[in-house]
This record gives sequence, C-alpha cells and structure tokens, in this order.
Amino acid sequence: MPAKLTVKVWRGREDGAFRTYEVPREESQTVLDVVTYIQRCLDPSLAYRYACRVGMCGSCAMTVNGKARWTCRTHVAKVARGDTLEIAPLSNLPVIKDLATDMTDFFDKWTRARGRFAGAGTRRDDFARVEPASAERREADAGIECIGCGVCYASCDVVTWRPDFLGPAALNRAWTLVNDVRDVERRERLAAVAGDAGCHACHTQGSCTERCPKALEPTRAIAGLKRLVAKAAGRGEL
Amino acid sequence: MTPAAREARLWYWQRASAMVLALCVLVHLATIIYAVHGGLTAGEILARTRGSFLFGAFYIVFIAACAVHVPIGLAAILEEWFRMPRRGARIVAGLYVAVAIGFGVAALEAVVFS
Repeated sequence: MPAKLTVKVWRGREDGAFRTYEVPREESQTVLDVVTYIQRCLDPSLAYRYACRVGMCGSCAMTVNGKARWTCRTHVAKVARGDTLEIAPLSNLPVIKDLATDMTDFFDKWTRARGRFAGAGTRRDDFARVEPASAERREADAGIECIGCGVCYASCDVVTWRPDFLGPAALNRAWTLVNDVRDVERRERLAAVAGDAGCHACHTQGSCTERCPKALEPTRAIAGLKRLVAKAAGRGEL
Repeated sequence: MTPAAREARLWYWQRASAMVLALCVLVHLATIIYAVHGGLTAGEILARTRGSFLFGAFYIVFIAACAVHVPIGLAAILEEWFRMPRRGARIVAGLYVAVAIGFGVAALEAVVFS
C-alpha cells in the first residue's frame, strides 16, 4: 500500500476546476474519510455533504473516478487507480459548491411521480393484512430500501438528455406504491409516471441498476410501470 | 385522449411493431443468404418474386411495421440527441418515414406487382 494518495477534487461551481491534494493512505480508508481529511487538515473551505457515515442517509454520494458512488461505503482500495483518486460532485444536478449538489429537482420529481403513500384507513381501523409472499408485496419489498442518494439519477443518460425525465429513483418509488395494496391513488400515480418525462423515456440501459449501492433494480421497476401503464391505457383509465 | 394515454399507446405500438420487425428482419436476412447461393441476377430474383402472393404479403407486413415503428423512435432520437421540440421532431420523423415508405412501396410494386 502506498504511503500517500494523490486526490484530485472538484472545486467551485459548474465552472470550477480540479485541485490536487496529498492525503495519507490508511488501512480500510473510505472515500469519505479522504474528503473529510482534506477538509479538516488541508483545506477547511472544501464543501461536501454527509451525515450517517454508515450507508443509511444517502447524503454523501459523489462521482469517484468517473462513477457515482456512496462515498461512506466505498473503500479507497476498491476504486483507486494506483495511488490516485478523482472526486467530483454528482452529475445531472446543479453544483452548489465543490462536492455539494442541489438535490431540489431530484426530490421534486419524487413529488411529481406521486411518491407519497395515500391510504384510506384511519387510526380507528385495524392493521391492514398484507400477505408478505404475495406478488405485489414482493415487488414492493424489492424496491423499498432506496435511501435517496441520487447515484442512479446521476448515472442515468436519459436524465442528461431529457432534464424533465423523472429519473430512476422517483419511478422506483412510484413502483413500490402501485404495488402497495393499501394505497388508493394507483390510477393517478400511473397517469403521473406515463409519458415522455416518465417511464416511457427509459431506454433500459440499466446504469441505475448497475450503480445502485443498495442493489435495487430501478430498471425492473420502470419496465413494470410501462406494463401497468399500457394496461391502464388499454382500459381507458389514464 | 390524455397525453399520458397517448404516450402509453405510442409505446405499446412501438413495442408491438418491434416484435413484428424482429421476425421480419430474420426472415429477410435468411432469404437473402439463401437466395445468393449459386450466384444472383436480377432475372433470377424477378422470376421468383413477380406475382408471388407470399412474397408480396410478407413485405407489405414488413413495410407496415416500419411505418409504425420508425417515426416513434426517430422522433425520440431527434428530441434527445438534437434537442428538437417535440412537435418539430414528430414532423421531421413523419416526413422521413413518408419518403422511406414511398421507396418501400415503389420497390414492392416493381419487384412483385409489375
């Protein structure tokens, strides 16, 4: 293991540039450790975002050597090219400063995709009985662990081409809800995710599924939405 | 029809026409490979194709599937790669396909029905 890492870090906004830092190499060092070392020991003006450090909060995603990754769970040993690293903000999102991106669009699109559960039950009703082995519940469970890190969104070429495209995360969220038998807005949700800004824009390239740190499959979710939307359109429900 | 329903139907038609095209292209290629065995002349081709109901029916289906499939996909490419507005992309794609279908029908007429 080399004693030092040479780390190129994006500084500035959209029109910034990479600046190079020398960081001591450590055993089991993560990319977030590297960024934190730079900010605490070398350059306190570096802006970045993190919270939990254990892969739960979805705050720390960045572009590492050209690929979007969650930096808290990415070991340097896994991604360094020799003793060099290049760390940039996520793609497809406006840069606020350095490694921090503005995720407003990303989360607004969850709202546009009706990513909020809408139930009909009240606190006086008994618990809903949902069979865990049912087909719908298994589909919902498969996509439910999204932490909203934005890695899929930053990896999606269709988001680059069509800035209004809802993106893999919002569509994956919609898919978990249309498979939730307690939800009562299925029809409205399918109408919201149909069309060229929705599931039909997906080219099934699978970058989202390839890069998702939680090993979810937004590509599968979007394909499922296409099927359900086609059926709903055939029945005249859209 | 709502925009969502229209997009859903376009997707459905493109998917269905792609299935037809996949089969047509395989048959088309297999026919070419088979036909060129032992040399190929215009006379030989026309002798096989002229007046052939099967040949004519197959290529009518092929052209119809292209007429459905190509404009939908081409409009999407124009929108995404060349940032054309949707309406403009659909007009350009429609014009391109009209010309291409014209060539297809002219070829069919010459090879099968003349």
